[in-house]
Amino acid sequence: MKASAPDEPMSIGASDPIAVNRRVTIDVPERFEAAGDILFAVRRLSVDYGTFRAVDDITLDVRRNEITAFIGPSGCGKTTVLRCFNRMNDLIESARVHGSILYHGVDLYGPRIDPVEVRRRMGMVFQKPNPFPKSIYDNIAFGPRIAGFKGNMDDLVEESLRRGALWDEVKDKLRDSAYALSGGQQQRLCIARAIATNPDVVLMDEPCSALDPIATLRIEELMTELKKDYTIIIVTHNMQQAARVSDRTAFFTVDVKDTGARTGRLVEFDSTGKIFTKPSQRATEDYITGRFG
Amino acid sequence: MNAATMRIAPEAVARALTTRRRDVKGTVFTAVLVATLVAAMAVLATLLFTVITGSLPVWRSRGVGEFVTSQMSADPEVAGIWQAFYGSLLLMGFTAVIALPTGVGAAIYLEEYASDTRFTRIVNANIRNLAGVPSIVYGLLGLAIFVKLLGGITGPDVEGRSVIAGGLTLGILVLPIVIITTAEALRAVPTSIREAAIGVGATPWQTIRHHILPVAAPGIFTGTILSLGRAFGEAAPLLLVGGITTFFSTGDSGLIETLQGRFSAMPVLVFSWSRLPQGGFRALTAALIVIMLLVLLLINGAAIYLRNRFEKGVSS
Repeated sequence: MKASAPDEPMSIGASDPIAVNRRVTIDVPERFEAAGDILFAVRRLSVDYGTFRAVDDITLDVRRNEITAFIGPSGCGKTTVLRCFNRMNDLIESARVHGSILYHGVDLYGPRIDPVEVRRRMGMVFQKPNPFPKSIYDNIAFGPRIAGFKGNMDDLVEESLRRGALWDEVKDKLRDSAYALSGGQQQRLCIARAIATNPDVVLMDEPCSALDPIATLRIEELMTELKKDYTIIIVTHNMQQAARVSDRTAFFTVDVKDTGARTGRLVEFDSTGKIFTKPSQRATEDYITGRFG
Repeated sequence: MNAATMRIAPEAVARALTTRRRDVKGTVFTAVLVATLVAAMAVLATLLFTVITGSLPVWRSRGVGEFVTSQMSADPEVAGIWQAFYGSLLLMGFTAVIALPTGVGAAIYLEEYASDTRFTRIVNANIRNLAGVPSIVYGLLGLAIFVKLLGGITGPDVEGRSVIAGGLTLGILVLPIVIITTAEALRAVPTSIREAAIGVGATPWQTIRHHILPVAAPGIFTGTILSLGRAFGEAAPLLLVGGITTFFSTGDSGLIETLQGRFSAMPVLVFSWSRLPQGGFRALTAALIVIMLLVLLLINGAAIYLRNRFEKGVSS
């Protein structure tokens, strides 16, 4: 079962907890072995908000140059898990993260990890387009500037906007406020901003939920384009979207206890084709076919 | 409900749509609201009318410039407000220099850096309480600390009754207000902007410097300038720390000497003049109040101007 290429960057010894105590079946078919190196190895990740466990015991691998989708009903913790990858949960004071996310073999939650350095390697796109209240140009330039970018900023801004599929629409008004753009354009600006710092990974938290179908389509095309250079993890409520764009899909669900506490867990993680055609778990099938959620 | 009961005759619809129901309670409520507004405005109008008509003799016989630039005196014929006018501006400047950086800094720390512990919650609650402490109490504090204890530094030649002592007292008086208004302006910055900045790898400082402060600036400016307006109008604490209302030389001494020297302020002068028996001072007091209102108007105008300017700066 273990999808370990010989050059697998992280080291999971014999005491690998997933081998001992596993709730989740991670069944990666043969043909995916070569699809990409494992970039993130999430191992037994749990997140608490105060005394309440938001997500419990998540284990999955995210592969390079693939789009990994997190789907599941509201409250199942998929956004919480996504925000663990760039340590965004640090902003929530009561949040505690257990377990590990190995990135190039380094545990992002290990001691002496600089969260700022982590975030520079992971671009993030949020649910609601959130450009800075500044010019289009400054929106792109801010990240590289603070990262100490020394090259030609104009070129970098142009390239980022081209990659964000926005250049042709904004090239004559780079000094205009980003707020003057439409919602779809703002979101593409946010994607361009996220990749301007040349990250390894782009994390997307329901990037199309505030957009109309045409804008959504453009973003999806863009994602397919971007995965050549980046690894993408996307949280989405839209199952068709997951089916259309992603290579692998993780299906989360939520367990409601008698006390009303809601804890998310990973039900199934597999290639998107398999999740949507012959899922191994009944819960997944019910969700996919619309019988639940 | 079946389809038959849903059917309504067209005439009935037309009648219902064109007949206006009389909303008695709503009308009464609106009338009460208007009455309260009228009452409040009437008080204000009376005040303005009394003060302005009372001050007319001064403007007629002496003119604004002459009144403002004349020295303070016990003779109503020649008494002006120069020391008080100048003193108030000096105090404002000193208060601003003391209270604004301190207050804004404290607010940034509390809002952006301090973790939400029991201790910070107690500190926050206490700052709110301090904002409600009567100004006379701050006057006593200023008298004890800045005049008596630190008199040797604040005003060695005037027994501590100096501009520095007055400015510091007003400074700690407005400090809680500056902290609260700044904290509120910072809290009003959308989380999405913070997340966006943090998300591209900004440090907390870079996030604050480049994104949070520019967005919060209009609110911070408005709040702090209005708090300076509050300090401008305070008489009680300045009476305690030694604002004077008789003639003294403002001379042409250096900055340090001026700050360590004696001071007067317009509200203190209002208090003093309004208690004088000579009839001539009545008109002078009214004139002084008019000048104070004008200065306050200028301060508030500046706050609005700055807010608009910064809001424009942010959106473009």
